Amino acid sequence: MTVNDSYRGIWVFAEQRNGKVKSVSYELIARGRELADALQTELSAVCFGQGITEADQLIASGADKVILVDSPELLNHDEDLYTGQLVELIQKHKPEIVLAGATSLGRSFFPRVAGILNTGLTADCIGLDVDVEKRLLLQTRPTFGSNIMATVVCETKRPQMATVRPRVFKKRTPDTARKGEIIRVDFDRAHITSRTKLLSFVEDLTEKVKIEEADVIVAGGRGLGNAEGFKLLEELAECLGAAVGASRPVVDSGWIPYSHQVGQTGKTVCPKLYIACGISGAAQHLAGMQTSDCIVAINSDPNAPIFTVANFGIVGDLFKVIPLLVEKLKKG
Amino acid sequence: MNIIVCIKQVPGTTEVKIDPQKNTLIREGIKNIINPLDTYALEEGLKLKERYGGKVTALSMGPPQAVEALREAISMGIDEGILLSDAALAGSDTWATAYALAAAIKKLGQADLIICGRQTTDGDTGQVGPELAEILKLPIVTYVSKVEEIASGRMRVQRLIEEGHETIESPVPAVITVVKEINVPRLPSLRGMMKAKGATIPIWTIKELGIDPGMVGLAGSATKVVKLSYPQRTSQGELLKGELASQVETLLARLRDAGLLK
Repeated sequence: MTVNDSYRGIWVFAEQRNGKVKSVSYELIARGRELADALQTELSAVCFGQGITEADQLIASGADKVILVDSPELLNHDEDLYTGQLVELIQKHKPEIVLAGATSLGRSFFPRVAGILNTGLTADCIGLDVDVEKRLLLQTRPTFGSNIMATVVCETKRPQMATVRPRVFKKRTPDTARKGEIIRVDFDRAHITSRTKLLSFVEDLTEKVKIEEADVIVAGGRGLGNAEGFKLLEELAECLGAAVGASRPVVDSGWIPYSHQVGQTGKTVCPKLYIACGISGAAQHLAGMQTSDCIVAINSDPNAPIFTVANFGIVGDLFKVIPLLVEKLKKG
Repeated sequence: MNIIVCIKQVPGTTEVKIDPQKNTLIREGIKNIINPLDTYALEEGLKLKERYGGKVTALSMGPPQAVEALREAISMGIDEGILLSDAALAGSDTWATAYALAAAIKKLGQADLIICGRQTTDGDTGQVGPELAEILKLPIVTYVSKVEEIASGRMRVQRLIEEGHETIESPVPAVITVVKEINVPRLPSLRGMMKAKGATIPIWTIKELGIDPGMVGLAGSATKVVKLSYPQRTSQGELLKGELASQVETLLARLRDAGLLK
């Protein structure tokens, strides 16, 4: 099987929520720009929604083209419609690489697009490179709960598709002098229909700071003793402008909702700073946070596995350490 | 109601090692388990059977030892288990896996609901469910945290996404992938274990499935792993010393130096 050489260009699916394009999409445009330069090809941002106003920003951030499908039906993330519309655009324009953030949406509808196009998709990448000569995307992703890194290629089928975790790549400073083309596409409502219907949405209000986007996360485990322990953690989180995370056992015990769970069966996070309090550091928890830039561990057990991944460790009673931290942070 | 639950047998630990010579995973000596999220899928199948009546079949694709995962499913209360196993299936990526599962589902006839776990602990991709839905041309709802009702050819489910919970309505037959929030998986019963011990678990090869070997296995996989490595661990950590108060001071100083505090 040989590569279909007629596929050219890199696309980044720019995910919007309530009219605003998500940070992960800008992160991907930054990396996409570098890959497009290496392959000497164009970078396009593809955005579905209603009332999208960020086309200029997407260009300033590195896109050469912005393909906009603006329609009331696309305001919510109707995956049937998104899948159908993206498949149609890909079949028409034939990009060689298509990227999206590994969000709930990205991880749900990209496999469907790849399934229909019978092409390869690599999920949750933490690294992207190119083999310029072969025009191959080298996709690095964690497996076995991040204990092993795999580099994957999609040799002959096109496009090469990948989803990338938030906060893996850094955004570029926007350059308003950059020029680009905005292409408005009418949503093909004659041919693309949806079977599912969104009846209602209830926002999770316990998450004051969204854990996936937080720069700082303060997380608690069984060492907190009981649900009350989270009050102490929330005080620390407030001082730091941090999101609150949790290990699986305390979520299972009902001390805090599942949306705060970090780990293999919870969320994967990559903040600048992760402070683990009373968390032993089971492999399944580490899988969800060990790529954080800086990890601080506070635990009374000096043999807790969390200390093997921590950059800084305090062996001590968190009920003494956290109030001290809060006190000193408040003093400034 | 005819329910099919797709399950996968995975290594019981994530502490897997790479064979430095072959650049593949060393699987010997590791105990195998049902992928944890698949136990939630099995439990949901059983709960829906208790509510609506019908039959629950567990389906798995894997090497011959994966039959143990199906026995475990039967010991939980699943009515029947079927294994798809064939040398030609080895090395399948997610699409090829979905393709084989779809062939099995078509062979089984009418399914009202197909349930998968959100993702596995070895591949972690979460792709098989959605790809399966597309191949079968069925609607799919991912990250289902509650099945509210299935009636009159439609289902109403709750879905857990980053920002909160959605309530979605869809026609059935459909595919759902489930998250941990949905239920608490039951333990195998004694009766279940006895039934599992004596159960006949059919093994379907690609011949029985009627699929072209070129569509599965390494041959049918668009993606291929070219390298395996251990992640880089950057610096060794610093265990702070001294009185707790001074440890805290030191920590804050370190974090400030690194520009991590506002």
